[in-house]
Amino acid sequence: MVLELQKPRPIWQIMFSTHHTDVGLLYLITSLSFLFMGGALALAIRAELFFPGSQIIADSMTFNRIFTVHGTTLIFLFIIPFASAVGNYFVPIMVRYKDMAYPKLNAIAFWMIPPSGALIWLGFADFTWYATPPYSIISAPGPAADMWIFGLKILGVSSVLGAINFVVTILKCKHPDMSIGQVPLLAWSFLTSSLIIIVAIPTFAAALLMLLTDRLGVSGFFNPAMGGDPIAYAHLFWFTFHPEVYVLVIPAIGMMYEIIPRFSRKPIFSHSSGIFAFVLLSVVSFSSWAHHMYATGMSFTEKTVFMIGTLAAVPASAMHVFNFIATMWNGRIKFSTPMMWAVGGIALFFSAGAGGVVNAAMPLDFQTHDSYWVVGHFHLFVMGTIAFGSIGYLYYMFPYVTGRMYNENMGKVHFVMSFIGTVLVFFTQHVLGLYGMPRRVFDYPPIPEWITMNQIASVGAMIIGTSMVIFLINMIHSSAKGKLADTDDPFNLGGKYYYPFESKNPHHH
Amino acid sequence: MGHHSNWPEWVYVGVVIALMCWVGAEAWNAERLVEHVPADAEVIKVTGQQWFWTFEHEDGTKEIGELHVKVGKAYKFEIMSKDVNHSFNIHDYVVLMDAVPGRVNTVWFAPMEAGEHDIQCREYCGLIHYNMRGKLIIEDDSS
Ligand code: HEM
Ligand SMILES: [Cu+2]
Ligand SMILES: [Cu+2]
Repeated sequence: MVLELQKPRPIWQIMFSTHHTDVGLLYLITSLSFLFMGGALALAIRAELFFPGSQIIADSMTFNRIFTVHGTTLIFLFIIPFASAVGNYFVPIMVRYKDMAYPKLNAIAFWMIPPSGALIWLGFADFTWYATPPYSIISAPGPAADMWIFGLKILGVSSVLGAINFVVTILKCKHPDMSIGQVPLLAWSFLTSSLIIIVAIPTFAAALLMLLTDRLGVSGFFNPAMGGDPIAYAHLFWFTFHPEVYVLVIPAIGMMYEIIPRFSRKPIFSHSSGIFAFVLLSVVSFSSWAHHMYATGMSFTEKTVFMIGTLAAVPASAMHVFNFIATMWNGRIKFSTPMMWAVGGIALFFSAGAGGVVNAAMPLDFQTHDSYWVVGHFHLFVMGTIAFGSIGYLYYMFPYVTGRMYNENMGKVHFVMSFIGTVLVFFTQHVLGLYGMPRRVFDYPPIPEWITMNQIASVGAMIIGTSMVIFLINMIHSSAKGKLADTDDPFNLGGKYYYPFESKNPHHH
Repeated sequence: MGHHSNWPEWVYVGVVIALMCWVGAEAWNAERLVEHVPADAEVIKVTGQQWFWTFEHEDGTKEIGELHVKVGKAYKFEIMSKDVNHSFNIHDYVVLMDAVPGRVNTVWFAPMEAGEHDIQCREYCGLIHYNMRGKLIIEDDSS
C-alpha cells in the first residue's frame, strides 16, 4: 500500500527522500502547482481575446510572454512531471521491485525541475514554445530568452535521466517470474516513452546550445546574417518534438489502460496488441517531424515523404482506441470519476487524431497551418487526451496516496464542466482557424465571425477554470477531511478486480 | 493475455490503413496540381520585415502594405524576409508561404473576381505580429 499521507512526516523527510513514492509525491505536487499556474495564464489569454482591442493585458509584449510561458509550463512542467509522478509510484510496484533502479538519480532528476521552473517563470521569455531563430537570436530580449534556454536545457537532462531510470527499472529489475510480455501496459507505456526520450532529446539539447552561442554572437548556426540557416533549427527542433508529443501522450494512454479495464470489470481486450501499438508508435514517431514545416518551402517530394510518415502513425493510435472500446464492450461499466475522465479523454483523442489527419494532408495544411486550427488540434491532445487521462488517474490514485476518498459528486461536476469547456474552446478554435485567424496574436480586426468564436472559446475557458477551482477544493479538502478509503476496494468494484497497489510484492508492505 | 480471437481488430486496422492510403493519394494528387505554376505567371517579389509587407511588381513598381493585381492573370510570389521569419498569407485564396531570411520561397495564385482580401502574417515575428496586415486589391482588367 502506498498511503503516503497517512502517517504524518516532517516535510523535509519527504524532500530528502529517495524512495520512489516520496519522489513520486514531489513530482505530483510540483506538476499540479504548475498546472494551476499555467492554467491561470490561459485564462488571461482568453480574457484578452474576448473582444478586439486591448482588454486586460496592457501590451503585446506582455501577451507574447504570457502565451510562451503558458505553453512551456504546461508541456514541460505539468504534463511531463505528472507522468513521472505516476511512473514513480507505479512502475516499481508493477514490475515488483523495491524502488526505482537508481533512487538517487531519480531524486536528482526531480530536483532539476524546480530550478528550471524558476528560470522559465522569472525570465518570462516571449519567443513562443519553439524559440525559432532568427527571432530568438536577433530579436528576443534577454535575459528572459537565455533563462528559458537554460531552463529547457536542465529539463532535457532531467527527462533523459528519468527515462534511463525507467528503462533500467523495467528491463533489469522486474521480478524474475515476470516475463516482459506480462508487464502491465502502464509500465509498457513508460518503457516506450522513455526510449523515445533517450533517442529524441539529445537533438534538441544540441540545438539549444547552438541557439545560445548564436545569441552570444560567437556562432551563426541559425543566423542567416552569419551564413546560417533558420530551417536547420526547425528540423532539429521538430526531430525532437514530434516524437516528444508521443512521449506526452503514451503515458496518458497507459493510465487509461489501468482505468478502463478495471471500471469495465473485464480484462483488457488485448494486452499484446496494446504492447504492439506502443512499440509501433515509438518507432513511427520518428518518421514525421517535418509535417510541421510544409510551409517553410520544402519540395514536393520532401512533403510527400513526411505526409506518408505521418499517416503511418495513425493505425497504431487507432489500435489503442479499438482496444479501449472492445474492453468496454459488454463490460459491467461503473462510471466513477476516473472512468468518466478516461472515456471522455478517448473521445477527444479520436477527434484530435481526425484533425491531425487533415493537417497531415499537405494541401489542407495550407489552410490550417499556424492558424487557430493548430491550436485547437494540439489542445485536443494535450488538454483533451493527456490532461484528461492524467486527471482521471489522479482521482484513481487519490485513495492510495491519501488513504481518503475524494468527493465523488465534485469529481463528476469537475469532469462534466471540463468536458463541455474543452469542446467549446478547442472545437471552436478549429473553426476559427478555418476562418483564417492566425495564432499568437494579441489583437485581431473586428471580423464578426472571429469575434463570436473567440467569445465562445473564452466562455469555454472560464467553465474549465471554474471546474478547476472545484477540483482544487476537492483535492485539498478531501486529502485532509475526506472519508477514509477502503483501500482494498476503494471504488467498490466488487473486490475481484486486481489493483496494482496491493500487489503481492515482497518489497511493499 | 486474451484467449479470444482477434480478427475484428485486424479488420479494423485494415480499414484504417485503407483510409489513410486514400487520404494520402488524394492529397498527393491535389498538391501536385496546386504546385504547378503556369508558365505565363507574372512575378511579384514579396518582402516581409518587422512588421509590414513590401511588394515589387515585374515592371519595378513598389507597394507597401497594399497589393494591386488584375482578375484573370496568374501571379507567382517570390517571398523573402529582411529580418526574422514571417508567413505570407492570403487566407481567402489559400496562399500561405513562410518568408525566411536567406531563402526565396514561391507560391502562386490567380485571382478570380474583383474585390478586396486580407493579407496577414501567420508566423510569430514579435511585437506587432498581430498587426502585420495588408490588403489585396483585385481589379477588373477593363478599369
Ligand atoms: C499523439 C498526440 C499528438 C499530440 C500531443 C500532438 C501535438 C501537436 C502539437 C503540439 C502541434 C503544434 C505544434 C506547434 O505548431 O506549436 C501539432 C501539430 C501537428 N500535428 Fe499533432 N499531435 C498529436 C498527434 C497527431 C496526429 C495523430 C497527427 C496526424 C495524423 C498529427 C498531425 C499534426 C500536424 C500535421 C501538425 C502540424 C500542423 C501545422 O502546424 O500546420 N498530430 N501536433
Ligand atoms: Cu508533429
Ligand atoms: Cu510577421
